[in-house]
This record gives sequence, C-alpha cells and structure tokens, in this order.
Amino acid sequence: MNPRMMLATTGRVLDQLRHDHRSVALMLVVPALLLTAVYFLYENETVPPGAPRTFDRVGLMMLAIFPFVVMFLVTSITMLRERTSGTLERLLTTPIHKTDLLFGYGLAFSLMAALQSLVATGVAYWVFGLEIKGSPGLVVMIAVVNAVLGVALGLLCSAFARTEFQAVQFMLVVVVPQILLCGLFVARDRMNEVLEAVSNVLPLTFSVDALKEIAGHAEATDVLWQDTGIMAAIVLAVLVLASLTLRRRTA
Amino acid sequence: MADPAAAVQVGGLRIVRAGRDILQDIGFSISAGRITGLLGPSGSGKTTLMRAIVGVQRITSGTVTVLGRPAGDPALRHEIGYVTQSASVYPDLSIEANVRYFGAMYGVHRRDAAEAIAAVGLEGQARMRAADLSGGELSRVSLACALVARPRLLILDEPTVGLDPVLRADLWERFGAMAASGTTLLVSSHVMEEARHCASLLLLRQGRLLASLTPAELSGQGGSEDLELAFLNVIRQADSDGGPLRSPGEPGPAAETRRTAGMKVPE
Repeated sequence: MNPRMMLATTGRVLDQLRHDHRSVALMLVVPALLLTAVYFLYENETVPPGAPRTFDRVGLMMLAIFPFVVMFLVTSITMLRERTSGTLERLLTTPIHKTDLLFGYGLAFSLMAALQSLVATGVAYWVFGLEIKGSPGLVVMIAVVNAVLGVALGLLCSAFARTEFQAVQFMLVVVVPQILLCGLFVARDRMNEVLEAVSNVLPLTFSVDALKEIAGHAEATDVLWQDTGIMAAIVLAVLVLASLTLRRRTA
Repeated sequence: MADPAAAVQVGGLRIVRAGRDILQDIGFSISAGRITGLLGPSGSGKTTLMRAIVGVQRITSGTVTVLGRPAGDPALRHEIGYVTQSASVYPDLSIEANVRYFGAMYGVHRRDAAEAIAAVGLEGQARMRAADLSGGELSRVSLACALVARPRLLILDEPTVGLDPVLRADLWERFGAMAASGTTLLVSSHVMEEARHCASLLLLRQGRLLASLTPAELSGQGGSEDLELAFLNVIRQADSDGGPLRSPGEPGPAAETRRTAGMKVPE
C-alpha cells in the first residue's frame, strides 16, 4: 500500500465525477426522491397508536439499499471503462499497487456515498419525520458500509463483464437477490429453509439486521457492531478477490 | 551473450496466442541511449513484441531481459515508459490532470507535469479536457503521461500516426534529444520513411525478425536510397531465394538469427 498513489487515485476518480454534473445530481437527488415515493405509498395506512409506521421500517432500509445499488452500478461501469480504454493496463505498467488502485476507488465512492446518504437520511428525518430509537449517525454509517460493499462487488463484477451492457445485467444477478432476501419483503424467519440459508450468507442481510438494531435501541448494541464487523470483513475479502482479477501480464 | 551496454536483450522469443504463432525465433539486442526503430507491416507482431519487453505480455518461451532484469520485474516499472498505439488517457479529465495523475505514480512534482506537457507542445491547452482534443493532440497527451516519469527506456507504439508532418518532425527531434541525453527509445512504425531517424532498425515480418541493421545497411541491402523500396526488396530477397541475407557488418549472433529467419519465411 502506498498512500500517495491511493489518494492520487481517489482524487482522480472524484475529479472525473466532478466533470459529470448529471451523474452527481442523479446520485444525490434520486434516493431522496425515491424515499419520497415510499413515504407517499404508505401515506394512508392506519396504524394502532404506538405502533411504528411502515415507512419507519421500509424507509429506513431504503436508506441502506440505495447507496448499495447506486455504487455497484457506478463502480462496475467506471472500472469496466478503465479496463476497456487501456488506462488500466497502462496504470499496471506503473509502480502503482493493485490495492492502491482498488482502495483509491473505494475511498472516492465511499465519500460520494456518505454525501448521498447524508442527503437521503436528512430528508427522511426532517421532511418525513422518520422515527427510530437509535442515532441517525449510525444509520449513515451503515449506509456508507453498504456503499463500500457495492463498490467492492462492482469492482469484482467488472472483471467478468466484457461490455457495459453485461455489467448492467450483473445487477440482476448480484444486487436484486440480496434485496429480495434481506428481510425487506418477508421477515427472514418466515422464509423457507433454502431461502433463509441463502439469506444468512448474503452481505446485505447483515446491514438490514444492523438497521433493525439501530431502530430498536437507543444505544449501539453488540449485535450492531458484530453485523458491521462482518460487513467490513466481507468488503475486504471482496476487494482482495477483485485485486486478483487485475492482471499485469495478459495473453 | 550478456552485453552490459544493451538496454534490451531478447533471445529465442516465441509467443503463441490462441494457437497461432504471433512471434517466433526472435533474438536481438537494443543499445542504450539510442533510437531503435521497430518496423514492419501491420500485423507483423510489433505491438506484441513491445508488450513482451514492457512485461505485460505472457510469453511462450525464450528470454527478454530489460535493463539487466527479466521483463516484467517490479523494479522495472520505475524505469520504463510505454505508450500504446491508441491513446490511453482519461477523456473526462484535463490534460494537466491526466499527466499529474500518472506523474503521481512516480512521485514527481507538478513542475515535472508542466514540463512534460510543454515537451509535447500542449502547454497552451493544459486545462482542456482530453475528450475535446483532436486525435493527434490526444496521442501527444498519452506521450506526455509517459514522459512525466523520465523513463530510462521509452517504448512507443506508432507514436506519429495521424500527426501532421510538422508535428512529426518535432517529435522525432525530441526523441533524438532524449536519446542524446541517455534515454533508450524503441519506436514502432509502419512508415518506412521514419526509419532514417533511427540509429538501428529491427525489421519484423509475419512474426519473424527479418533483419537487424542500420538504415544505411538497409539501403545497401535493398539496393535503394528509398527505405520503403529497400525494405520491399529485402522482403523479396528473403521470399525468393530463402537464403541468408548478406550483412555488410560483421557476423554475430544477430546475423545467425537473420539467416534462420530468411530461410523460414512462410509462403
């Protein structure tokens, strides 16, 4: 690892994003708009006094899922462009370490994800009065960890896509099953055994569990930290796998 | 065999890709501090040979030694600059940002980036986005991204394609100055006319090294002052008699390679 090369990469990726106003706007605004849609979906529900609104549960999970999906897409396309344009091969002839490149990417998109989730979380709290027991800071933290997970999986998947068209299809393979099985639609203990077993090992499951902990407890719980730790370990493992797909020497 | 003055030494190099022989029986050495031209028709294996020297190409057999180390050695990444045929830069970044980013990999200063940009004559447009440049300008940005590291060995794949004659002359002048200050350059081209800028030439055809000689020797062997014509004549000689190409220089290992290459040219 070389901090200079890693930070130069982060700076370069952010510089590229900075020139792309439309993408930045989409990243920052769209999650908040979708959250608005979710709020109005459940606008007319009647809840018994004291029971949490559906928006408090679903909206909260959305805060973690948006950055995951967006960062997966953005990263896999950006990295694929880097592979096909020849800049990746060129970089690999320089002294840069593969980890500097990947962590540089990870850092740049995590910063974007933090901004994105600050906007979305702010809207959820102040505009729609999201009510949970835990701190909004922890929600943002889980959102950022999810975004980094999206980055790591995007980096890995870009190795298996030849075209941007394929890269987008990977979303259906990698992202959608995690959303279906994370406990958002059906509580995990009510799934059949096979689906529950799959759900138990999918990374997004841990972040949804973590969010439930935040929603139900005023203070950060051990389970929350455990879930976060597992997520971090998965992210690291995926990044290492992704670095194995970067080859300096090719046929 | 080991020539301490040689920047690059290649012996018995063979590269097979997808079951096809891309390069075979390649052996030569490149002297340090000079411009060596790698010439041959399109599809003759120039890019593959350059990639093997840079160390990004998997080789089937043979040896490639660069600056005293096996090609691809991590230490060499600080010493080699490689400019691919199509400009590999970030189109959505400015010229300056591109050159500074690649410079950061070598820990160079902003001043060095400015110098590299000036060296390719783009100092007036440094803030422009690469995407807004012409093809010729873009390939110069790509070159600046390699120059910024001040490499000891600079490998350039068709650097003058698409450039107007004035710029082409400028670049060759710059390459000459770099060689004079000790940089070793390997420059590929399919335009034989450019051969006269080189101190020595490697002629590649259908994956084999046809000859390793100086431009004057090529003129002599091909019986023409026009290097294009001389090259064609050399090819015809190799094709028709299959015999050894006579070299005006002293016979050495390179002459041996020439002989075998001359005999085995297919068709």
